[in-house]
Parts: sequence; structure tokens; C-alpha cells
Amino acid sequence: MRILLIILLATCLGSLTQAKAQYYDDPKEHQCLKCHSNTSYSFHNELMDREEKRMMNPYYVLDTVAMRTGVHQVFDCTDCHSYEYSTYPHQANLKLEPLATCLDCHGGDETFASYQFERIDEEVQKSVHFDAYGESFNCSKCHDQHTYRPIARTAENVKEIVDYSNKMCLTCHANMQRYEMVAGREKPELVQVHRWLPNQQLHFENVRCIECHTDVTDSLMVSHNIRPKTQAVRNCIECHSGNSKLKASLYKYENLQKRSEGVLGNIISNDSYVIGTHQVPFLQWLSVVILICVLGGVLVHVIFRILKK
Amino acid sequence: MATDKIYYYPLWLRIWHAINAIGIILLIITGISLQSGVESWFVVPFDKAIDIHNAAGVTVTLNYLLYFFGNMFTKNGKFYIVKPKAFLKRPIKQAYYYAWGMFHGMKAPYPLSEKRKFNPLQKYTYILTMYLAVPCVIITGFALLFPELIIEKVYNVSGIFMTAVFHSALGFFISIFLIIHLYIASIGKNPLDNFKSIVTGWHHVTGNNGSNGTK
Ligand code: HEC
Ligand code: HEC
Ligand code: HEC
Ligand code: HEC
Ligand code: HEC
Ligand code: HEC
Ligand code: HEC
Repeated sequence: MRILLIILLATCLGSLTQAKAQYYDDPKEHQCLKCHSNTSYSFHNELMDREEKRMMNPYYVLDTVAMRTGVHQVFDCTDCHSYEYSTYPHQANLKLEPLATCLDCHGGDETFASYQFERIDEEVQKSVHFDAYGESFNCSKCHDQHTYRPIARTAENVKEIVDYSNKMCLTCHANMQRYEMVAGREKPELVQVHRWLPNQQLHFENVRCIECHTDVTDSLMVSHNIRPKTQAVRNCIECHSGNSKLKASLYKYENLQKRSEGVLGNIISNDSYVIGTHQVPFLQWLSVVILICVLGGVLVHVIFRILKK
Repeated sequence: MATDKIYYYPLWLRIWHAINAIGIILLIITGISLQSGVESWFVVPFDKAIDIHNAAGVTVTLNYLLYFFGNMFTKNGKFYIVKPKAFLKRPIKQAYYYAWGMFHGMKAPYPLSEKRKFNPLQKYTYILTMYLAVPCVIITGFALLFPELIIEKVYNVSGIFMTAVFHSALGFFISIFLIIHLYIASIGKNPLDNFKSIVTGWHHVTGNNGSNGTK
């Protein structure tokens, strides 16, 4: 608990004193990133009294570009991690350090009410991952605290949202090592599992995994309840129809909708074209009129043929 | 009686026509069901509709090659040649006949013979459909089958969207063509006569109330 208080204090102080100060602007000079943004690192071996160079664990290399645009860019490393990391070799007991979760900082905070962190938490606890792995499958398994951006609110287009969101799932579901770390067994091949889906690549670039794997709830921006595979969407019509469920999920975001005015409705500005979903009202209307005219013409002709026989 | 009939449609052409007819009808039905996304309409589930539409599309394409080369290398092709003389007057005359003349005892202005298998109006619509609409629908269809090939964006509009709208519009045009085609085919010696011809290959020329072949 003490550590949380310290963190909160640091946070508050942090946000007061800095007008978005950037700690990560110059990784080479940063006390942590000089090692944690490189494939190799060097340190002073006090015992032998010499400089040593070693390879860095690739999983401990941080993406400094993404960190600078992430929501937590205002933090320095030691706001979340213990200050004792400033020395190297890091002390062994630091491994035991409890790290704050999203809810520790964002839970019950009015500033972030629009994100509904508590409700997301409830939803996550219903999901298959939580069922299988409990608390250890925390938010950070999907959301990297270092780099996270709430993409559904900020993206310019659908593809960007899809790409970002799906990468979260794919860090495990397309990565043998990570999946095995969590599950302790081999992962099923996604391509095989989704064999029944035609144009798979195209789908994965244009819909999020969660579109098919969660219950879409209107009141949440992003539904988090990932359900067992037996309840995943397989029915094409859920998306490929006039009342596509995508309208309630992927396409509902205001940042996308802003760009969607015009005669042809919101197809134009969206980057996706989903067969069955996007009818152009004007063309539909026109085709019905033409059809009626043609059938009418035929009917009149038939009548004359019968009369004049 | 024998003189009444001309062997109009060689076997290859009838086979082509039959495959094309079935293919196009399947394409139209599944096409409508895909585009509207209403599966209960025709009781074809969406994924089945996609499969059928793809398979029928490929079949019609291959079949189109048969038609294309058939017309190039046999004498059937000459029926499609348009005479520049009276380029517009001739089809208009034929249209006038359908709309007015045939009810007022007028003789068909372009009776069919060994040399003339299609009347001018018919020739024009066939050319438009078979040499313009169908190739375009095939090209856009294949583009949609491999959407990776399509240009991402044309200005701010999704390339796939444009292709799809064009594809549906052409599909619609072909459906309209089909309706008229079937209807005009019923204007023969008797309503079923022309349908029999396309099966047997033999066509009545004289005595068919001065009318014409299938439209
Ligand atoms: C001299 C290079 C170097 C510096 C400077 C450095 N680290 Fe590390 N850090 C490493 C290496 C190497 C590891 C891999 C584990 C090990 O060797 O202890 C590591 C591991 C870590 C871990 C993972 C610990 C675990 O095993 O779970 C954290 C967290 C971490 N460092 C944070 C920091 C922070 C925060 C700073 C800055 C205050 C920092 N490091 C500075 C080299 C460095
Ligand atoms: C907003 C809080 C926060 C900040 C700021 C932060 N970290 Fe982390 N860091 C975490 C959390 C939480 C984890 C544990 C992730 C998990 O459980 O998978 C972590 C894990 C790590 C790891 C272990 C590798 C991993 O991905 O599991 C390293 C190394 C690390 N951080 C280094 C740093 C460095 C270096 C900085 C500063 C450049 C930094 N962190 C800034 C919260 C933070
Ligand atoms: C150490 C406390 C802490 C932790 C842990 C933490 N956050 Fe934050 N988060 C903050 C603070 C403070 C801000 C405000 C930063 C600012 O003012 O720029 C913030 C900002 C955000 C924002 C942007 C809000 C906005 O509208 O600007 C989002 C979204 C967010 N965090 C999500 C998360 C998620 C998801 C997690 C867990 C993976 C998480 N945070 C973990 C403290 C934290
Ligand atoms: C299985 C992966 C996964 C887990 C676990 C997960 N999330 Fe998410 N979360 C996502 C995805 C995917 C998105 C959508 C992409 C985006 O907008 O960032 C998202 C979006 C969000 C957003 C942004 C929603 C908005 O309104 O813009 C917040 C906040 C969030 N998650 C918080 C959490 C919290 C808190 C937890 C833990 C209780 C959590 N997430 C656990 C995958 C996950
Ligand atoms: C069009 C809907 C759809 C999309 C998009 C989709 N899935 Fe699936 N997924 C399914 C269905 C349906 C199943 C059940 C398949 C079965 O049981 O045969 C499934 C099964 C799975 C399974 C279970 C595998 C197993 O057999 O244990 C995983 C894991 C999975 N999907 C992950 C993902 C990920 C990750 C993504 C995003 C890259 C994704 N899915 C995108 C519909 C979808
Ligand atoms: C940290 C790794 C990790 C991440 C990230 C992750 N998963 Fe999983 N997922 C797993 C593991 C491990 C399992 C196997 C669970 C089990 O044992 O039943 C699993 C199982 C699943 C299943 C199958 C459930 C079943 O019925 O068999 C689905 C569906 C699924 N995940 C979807 C997703 C989606 C969608 C995302 C992204 C929003 C995601 N996962 C992110 C590790 C992950
Ligand atoms: C989660 C929603 C979703 C589901 C479920 C879904 N699709 Fe799609 N599908 C899409 C989206 C979005 C696209 C558009 C991709 C784009 O922007 O080009 C698409 C594209 C396609 C395309 C490519 C169209 C083209 O442009 O050539 C085909 C074919 C297709 N879907 C068939 C299916 C079939 C068959 C099923 C059921 C087995 C299915 N889809 C289920 C969302 C979905």
C-alpha cells in the first residue's frame, strides 16, 4: 500500500510540475533507456574494475518512439518502477516489486470516468483469459503501460484501430514464446482455426479480433468480455448485412464518424467496404425505379399482344 | 416445312448459351442476396452464396472465352458486325416495330435469314452486353475476388467500394438485359417457339408472323 501512495504522490506532483515534460526525448542520455532501448548495453564491473558489454534481453528493449506518444509519456521510469533500478546490476529483490495496475491509478478517478475503467475490469473478469489464468492475466497482458494509446478514440481511420488492437492479441496468439509462457503449451495456429473464413488476411486487417470474440455492449467503447470460442461469431450476416454489428462496434467511434457526411453516406469516408453492409440509397432507389419501368413496359406490351391477337 | 427452318445455333453455341444462362441466373440470385445481405431471401447462407457466386463467376468467365473465340474463329462472328450505314435509323425502326408496328400489321423490317441472325436492335444490345458489360463485370469481379489488387484509395473513396458499386451496377444492367431478353424471346411464332430453337438449334424463319428471332 505504501508504494501506491508514493506512486500517487509522485503522479500528482508529476502532473503539477511538468507541462508534459518528456523524459524519453533523448534515450541515449536517459539513465534507464541508455540500456533499455538498445540491443546491447555496457556497465562498469566493479569487481574487476572494467567496462563490460553484454547483449540485452530483447523483451526488455522498449520502443522509445511509441513511449513518447503513449498516454503515460509524462511519467519517468522510476515513477512506476522502483528508484533502486538506477543502479546496475539491478538488485535481485526488485523482481518482487509490485507494480501498479491500471485500476490502482485510474479506478474511481473522475478524470477518467469516460473510460469506465471499473466496468472494463468487470468485463475482463468474465473473459476466457481470466477464467483460465485469474489475476495473473492482468490488463498489462494486452495493454503495455509503456506505450498504450487509446486508439479507438484517436485514430484517423478504421485500419489503424484494427491494426493496433489486433497486435495486442497477436503478441500472444501469433507468438509462440509468449503464448507458451502464459499457457504452458503450444498455441493453436490462427490461420488453421479461422480456415472457414474466406479472405482471412483481408478480414484481419479490417475487423478486430474482438468483433467476433466479444459480446458487443453499446455502453462500452470497447467490449472486453472475450468469450469461449464456441460463442465466437461465425455467421457472416452479423457483419455482412444492413444492420451489421460493426455499426455498433468498430464503426461507431466519433472520430471516424466526423468524416462521414455526404450524399453517399458513411461508406465514402470509411476505408472498409463490407459487402452487404453498404448500400448506396440513391442507387438502390434508382435501380428499383428502373426495374419497375421495365416490368411495367413488359406488362403493357403483353396486354397489347393479347388484345391485338 | 424444311424450308421454314434454318439451322441457326451450332452445338458449341447452344452449349455455351446453356452454361451462360445457368451461370448468369445463379450469379444474379446470389449477387442480390450478397449485396442486400438478407440471407433468408433465397435461403442461401452468406458463405454459401459467396462460394456459389465465385464458382459461377469463374465458370461464366471460362465460358466467355469459348464465346469470344468461337465468334472469332467461326462464321458466327459475322452476325455481330455493325454496318455504319443508317447506324441509328435501323435500330430505331426496329424499336418502332416492337412498340407500334407489330400491333398494326406491319411486317418485321429486318426479317431474319441465313445472313441476318439478329435484327439491328438486338445486335446492338448483344454487343453492348457481351462485349462491354460482361467483360467489365468479369474484370471487376476478379478484382473483388483478389481485393489486394485493388487501388486502396481513389481520392477519399475506398477503391474496393468503387469497384463493388461498378460491379453491382453492371450486374443490375445485365439483369435488366435478361428480363428483356427473355420477354422478347417470347415474341415468336408462338411464345415458346424461340426457346425451343435455342435448345434444338433450328429456327423458324418464314411464317413466324413476320417476326424475328430471340432478342
Ligand atoms: C546498465 C544497463 C541498465 C540500466 C542503466 C538499467 N537497466 Fe534495467 N535491466 C538491465 C538488464 C541487463 C536487465 C535484465 C535483467 C538483469 O540483467 O538484471 C534489466 C532488467 C530490468 C527490469 C526487469 C526486471 C525483471 O527481471 O523483471 C526492469 C523493470 C528494469 N530493468 C528497469 C530499469 C529501470 C527503471 C532503469 C532506470 C532507473 C533501469 N532498468 C536501468 C540493464 C539496465
Ligand atoms: C506507467 C507506469 C510505467 C512506467 C512509466 C514505466 N514502466 Fe516499465 N513496466 C511497467 C509495468 C506495469 C510493467 C510490468 C508489465 C507486465 O506485467 O507485463 C513494466 C515492465 C517493465 C520491464 C520488464 C519487461 C516487460 O515488458 O515485462 C522493463 C524492462 C521496464 N518496465 C522498463 C521500464 C523503463 C526503462 C521505463 C522508463 C523508460 C519504464 N519501464 C517505465 C510500468 C511502467
Ligand atoms: C502509476 C499510475 C498509472 C497506471 C498504473 C496507469 N495509468 Fe493511465 N494514466 C495515469 C495518469 C496520471 C494519466 C494522465 C497523464 C496525463 O495527464 O497526460 C494517465 C492517462 C491515461 C489515459 C489517457 C487519459 C486521457 O484522457 O488523457 C489512458 C487511456 C490510460 N491512462 C490508460 C491506462 C491503462 C489502460 C492502464 C493499465 C494498462 C493505465 N493507464 C495504467 C496513471 C496511470
Ligand atoms: C485480451 C486483451 C485485453 C485485456 C486483458 C484488457 N484489454 Fe483493454 N482493450 C483491449 C483492446 C483490443 C482495446 C481496443 C483498442 C483500444 O482502443 O486501445 C482495449 C481498449 C481499452 C481501453 C480504451 C477504451 C476507450 O474507451 O477508448 C481502456 C481504458 C482499456 N482497454 C482498459 C483496460 C483495463 C483497465 C483492463 C484490465 C482490467 C483491460 N483493458 C484489459 C484489449 C484488452
Ligand atoms: C470473423 C470472426 C472472427 C475473427 C475476426 C477472429 N476470430 Fe478467432 N475465432 C472465430 C470463431 C468462430 C472461432 C471458433 C472456431 C472453431 O472453434 O472452429 C475462433 C477461434 C479462435 C481461437 C480459439 C482457437 C482454439 O481452437 O483454441 C482463438 C485463440 C482465436 N479465435 C483468436 C483470434 C484472434 C487473435 C483474432 C484476431 C487476429 C481472431 N480470432 C479473429 C471467429 C473470429
Ligand atoms: C498474454 C497472452 C494473450 C493475449 C495478449 C491474448 N490472449 Fe487469448 N489466449 C491466451 C491463452 C494462453 C489462451 C488459452 C486459454 C485456455 O487455456 O483456455 C487464450 C485463449 C483465447 C481464446 C480461446 C478461448 C477458448 O474457448 O478456447 C480466444 C477466443 C482468445 N484467447 C482471444 C483473444 C483475443 C481476441 C485477444 C486480444 C484482444 C487475446 N486473446 C489476447 C493468451 C493471450
Ligand atoms: C466481424 C465482421 C465480419 C464477419 C463475421 C465476416 N466478415 Fe467478411 N468482411 C468484413 C469486413 C469488414 C470486410 C471488408 C474488408 C474491406 O474493407 O475490404 C469483409 C470482406 C469480406 C470479403 C471480401 C469482399 C471483397 O471485397 O472482395 C468476403 C468474400 C467476405 N468478407 C466473406 C465473408 C464470409 C463468407 C463470412 C462468414 C464466413 C464473413 N465474411 C464474415 C467483416 C466480416
